[in-house]
Amino acid sequence: MELKNPSAIERESRAGRYVMKPTNVFDPAYFHKVVDCQWACPAHTPVPEYIRLITQERYTEAYMLNWDSNVFPGVLGRTCDRPCEPACRRVRTEEKPVAICRLKRVAADNKGDISAYLPHVPTVKNGKKIALLGAGPASLAVARDLLPLGYEVHMFDKDTKGGGMMRSQIPAFRLPQTVLEEEVDVILNMGVATHFGHEVTSMKTMLDMGFDAYFIGTGAPRGRELDIPGRQEADAHISIGIDWLSSVAFGHTDSIKGKVIVMGGGNTAMDCCRTSRRLGAESVTVVVRSGFDVMKASDWEKEDAMSEGIPIINNRPPKEFVHENGKLKGVWFECVTQVEENGRVKYVPSGEPDVFMEADHILMAIGQENHCPWIERDLGIDFDKWDCPVLDELTLQSTNPKIFFGGDSAFGPENIIWASAHAHQAAISIHLFCQGQDLKSDRPPEGVNLISQKMGVHEWSYDSAHDPAHRFLVPQADKAITLSNIKVEVELGFDRQLGAAEAQRCLNCDVQTVFTEKLCIECDACVDICPMDCISFVENAQEEDLRLHLMAPATNAEQDLYVSQDLPTGRVMVKDEDVCLHCGLCAERCPTNAWDMQKSVFHLPQLGSY
Amino acid sequence: MTFVAKPRVHHPLLPINDIGLTRRDYEGSVSTLCAGCGHDSVSAAVIAACAELSIPPHRFAKVSGIGCSSKTPSYFLDKSHGFNSVHGRMPSVATGANLANRSLYCIGVSGDGDSASIGLGQFAHIVRRRINMLYLVDNNGTYGLTKGQFSATNDKGSTSKRGVPNLYEPIDLVTLALQLGASFVARSFSGDKRQLVPLIKAGIKHHGFALIDVISPCVAFNNHSGSTKSYDYVRHHSESVTKIDYVESGQEITADYEPGTTEDVEMPDGSTLRLSKVDANFDPHDRIKALQYVQRRQSEGEVVTGLLYVDPESPDCHDILETIDTPLNELDFADLCPGNAALAPINQSFR
Ligand SMILES: Cc1cc2nc3c(=O)[nH]c(=O)nc-3n(C[C@H](O)[C@H](O)[C@H](O)COP(=O)(O)OP(=O)(O)OC[C@H]3O[C@@H](n4cnc5c(N)ncnc54)[C@H](O)[C@@H]3O)c2cc1C
Ligand SMILES: Cc1ncc(C[n+]2csc(CCOP(=O)(O)OP(=O)(O)O)c2C)c(N)n1
Ligand code: SF4
Ligand code: SF4
Ligand code: SF4
Ligand SMILES: [Mg+2]
Repeated sequence: MELKNPSAIERESRAGRYVMKPTNVFDPAYFHKVVDCQWACPAHTPVPEYIRLITQERYTEAYMLNWDSNVFPGVLGRTCDRPCEPACRRVRTEEKPVAICRLKRVAADNKGDISAYLPHVPTVKNGKKIALLGAGPASLAVARDLLPLGYEVHMFDKDTKGGGMMRSQIPAFRLPQTVLEEEVDVILNMGVATHFGHEVTSMKTMLDMGFDAYFIGTGAPRGRELDIPGRQEADAHISIGIDWLSSVAFGHTDSIKGKVIVMGGGNTAMDCCRTSRRLGAESVTVVVRSGFDVMKASDWEKEDAMSEGIPIINNRPPKEFVHENGKLKGVWFECVTQVEENGRVKYVPSGEPDVFMEADHILMAIGQENHCPWIERDLGIDFDKWDCPVLDELTLQSTNPKIFFGGDSAFGPENIIWASAHAHQAAISIHLFCQGQDLKSDRPPEGVNLISQKMGVHEWSYDSAHDPAHRFLVPQADKAITLSNIKVEVELGFDRQLGAAEAQRCLNCDVQTVFTEKLCIECDACVDICPMDCISFVENAQEEDLRLHLMAPATNAEQDLYVSQDLPTGRVMVKDEDVCLHCGLCAERCPTNAWDMQKSVFHLPQLGSY
Repeated sequence: MTFVAKPRVHHPLLPINDIGLTRRDYEGSVSTLCAGCGHDSVSAAVIAACAELSIPPHRFAKVSGIGCSSKTPSYFLDKSHGFNSVHGRMPSVATGANLANRSLYCIGVSGDGDSASIGLGQFAHIVRRRINMLYLVDNNGTYGLTKGQFSATNDKGSTSKRGVPNLYEPIDLVTLALQLGASFVARSFSGDKRQLVPLIKAGIKHHGFALIDVISPCVAFNNHSGSTKSYDYVRHHSESVTKIDYVESGQEITADYEPGTTEDVEMPDGSTLRLSKVDANFDPHDRIKALQYVQRRQSEGEVVTGLLYVDPESPDCHDILETIDTPLNELDFADLCPGNAALAPINQSFR
């Protein structure tokens, strides 16, 4: 069992045995980690708090709480990669996570006028000028964080509109243009000086313009190539997925003919196949070199593609493009099978004969790469062997102190929520840099506030009762319509009623069980009532031992044990945070209020919070 | 008490017993007792014990009198049979239930008021009649339900919450049961499930009358510094004289104790009680010595806990009366009511 618990540092007890140290709940990381979704979210969106606001029909507040931390709630409520959902506690206590992402959309769809909530941008500037290269989510979010502090922000992009890949790649049937534009415009209207239609061809020229700092948010714009026989000869019938998607997004391509094979297993492949399906392809097939389970695309993306009648064929690496005088005929694929060797998955020939699949058009979606030929290599910006800039992981500063990176350009292709998360850190760094402060030692610290939720003897200011409902499905528009018009959004979203029902499934993991040793009379009431057997009163021991001697074995070492100080009987209270429902029954049953339910509000430093 | 019912969802690794049930399947409705009441811990121990024994819940009959303690059968085994009777009269109902259907495991729950005050007469007689049941007394030294009057088990000189001392001698149910022929007598503490759960398992499986006097603090009226039935007092003044492990027949005995201090007591159903004596001078098979030991320690202000006396061989009421093995509800009408032809010779024998 590998232990990740920060409080696992053992101390010597009176009897000379090693035991666990009492947990320090005032360490901001402790309860932050208990809020699984917020912990997993790169931008640390306060998920349970906005979900509660939805149950109270306070959509505008729920929206703004999101806007503050992830910047694009309307976009993300439709497109986020949702690292929060696999982390959701419901996966461990029952089965399916709360539909965290689609609840974000409920907030966005139902919000009112947000103008009063927007941060104030001073008209008198602070004298510092910042250049943001690229107008994707990363640069937009940096602009939003810096503008309220009086920075003059200039944004450069080769496209004529802002949004980056949110506009050029994500198809309209997943993200309507109006939703994207609304959120991009809110930021641009805060006073960004835009230089759109301006391709940056030399970083040196940019530096000569004399900005105080530079943020490079130009993404990972190059689609990966596949060098197999026939590639050059059949070039007219083979497109790079992301280039093809942007030509669809910008209206240069509006149809695709014949049999289409999409090669690749990531989200670009899923968008390519679903777009082809809508633009008139006779047939669409996705062929992936690896197995189904290890595909990069999320489960829901695969489900969506398959539910539109698109087959996904796995374990077929391509061998050769077959053409006749430059006219594509099809592709030969090898058949492989997965084997495990020393715990690592390998692919070996399965022994089946190679397969030939007919095709008139190939969309290649086998990955993206960082590519900045316009950054001269003599400007003090170091690059590693993968052509990624050498950065400080926390501050996102490059080896040229004036220059910061974020989003896909920083560590390779990620997603929108990572772009937002990078942007907040980069904005703090840029601010500290411009103010002549140290990027690390002067960085504002994280914090936590604990606020009791007790309102009466058995009354809590949150809905403590556990709701056993199963996850609700998001209603979709009629396929007859969505499959014939690329602009029609597939998902209708939860309406207010369904949204409220889904929101009730949230377990309020930010309302914490907080234990006060000196009040406890060790009556066992909390142990007896706890539906999940989280609480035990036992002799202290080393973490490995302790985990096995609780009311229920605490086998999930990713989740912390909350250990009290010594109690009068010499034992300690140990709570396994793993499957706690945050139902508050322990606190209701405790005769002395030794347990209290307290909301932990995690403070992540961020510039320009509203 | 809580207003929110305990959610049905449970820990994913909760053990499943031999009949496919978890401990949660042996629970009852949500308790309405005061938060922190010892009685709730006793209920939790009953739930754990029944689940570990893998007895189907519907094979239990639970009976009780009146009091906070007597309310607790509602909070465990909600899929069993039950009768909440009148104050101090649980023994009569238990006797009837056991005579009518001897195949059910009978658990009685009573209080110190219910058994030692109003019900003392009934208590004495059910002990001497040796009804095959587990008789639990949730002993808190007070009438909890009627708001804290002294009960008959309250020690002389201990005080009420307001500081008024109790002027009368206490009745000790353990001593009484030993004197009146109970074949399984134990004392335990609601705050010590490690001791209580195996005792309950053994008491349920014991053939004959089994009494467990469980000191179970009343947080509302008798958990103050002048009380001898408070969590603090019991923790500081209790002494466990025996440790027991209940081992199902066919199971391997794993607990290891110092050699020479343990003894295996075979139960009639093939299971084993592994007894380890904490005090070498103590003999749980000698009724008189057990009595003396308990009383001496009591006079020193100590509360002796653990299994105090056990005789697995002694006959129960059915054995004494030589009743039919089949429970009465399984007999058909002709056997149950054989008519005049059978009655006439019986009447004749009395003439
Ligand atoms: C097909 C596809 C589908 C995707 N779907 C999702 C999804 O559903 N959810 C999700 O979270 N993420 C998704 N992503 C990933 C997501 O779009 C990116 O991770 C994100 O947009 C990165 O943001 P960024 O600001 O770093 O860069 P980008 O969004 O790539 O923006 C970079 C901008 O810089 C501009 N630029 C680049 N070079 C220059 C230059 N030399 N001069 C001037 N301007 C320049 C570009 O025009 C572009 O506007 C998807 C990606 C693809 C390819
Ligand atoms: C015939 C009768 N007399 C008196 C009462 C009032 N009464 C109800 S509960 C109780 C005492 C219960 O004490 P105990 O058995 O110790 O239970 P506890 O509440 O302490 O668990 C009394 C006197 C009654 N219900 N019925
Ligand atoms: S139950 Fe709610 S608070 Fe808990 S992890 Fe899931 S979404 Fe977050
Ligand atoms: S809130 Fe308390 S009672 Fe509820 S599951 Fe968590 S520890 Fe158990
Ligand atoms: S009054 Fe005393 S005995 Fe009754 S429920 Fe409350 S704590 Fe328990
Ligand atoms: Mg009582």
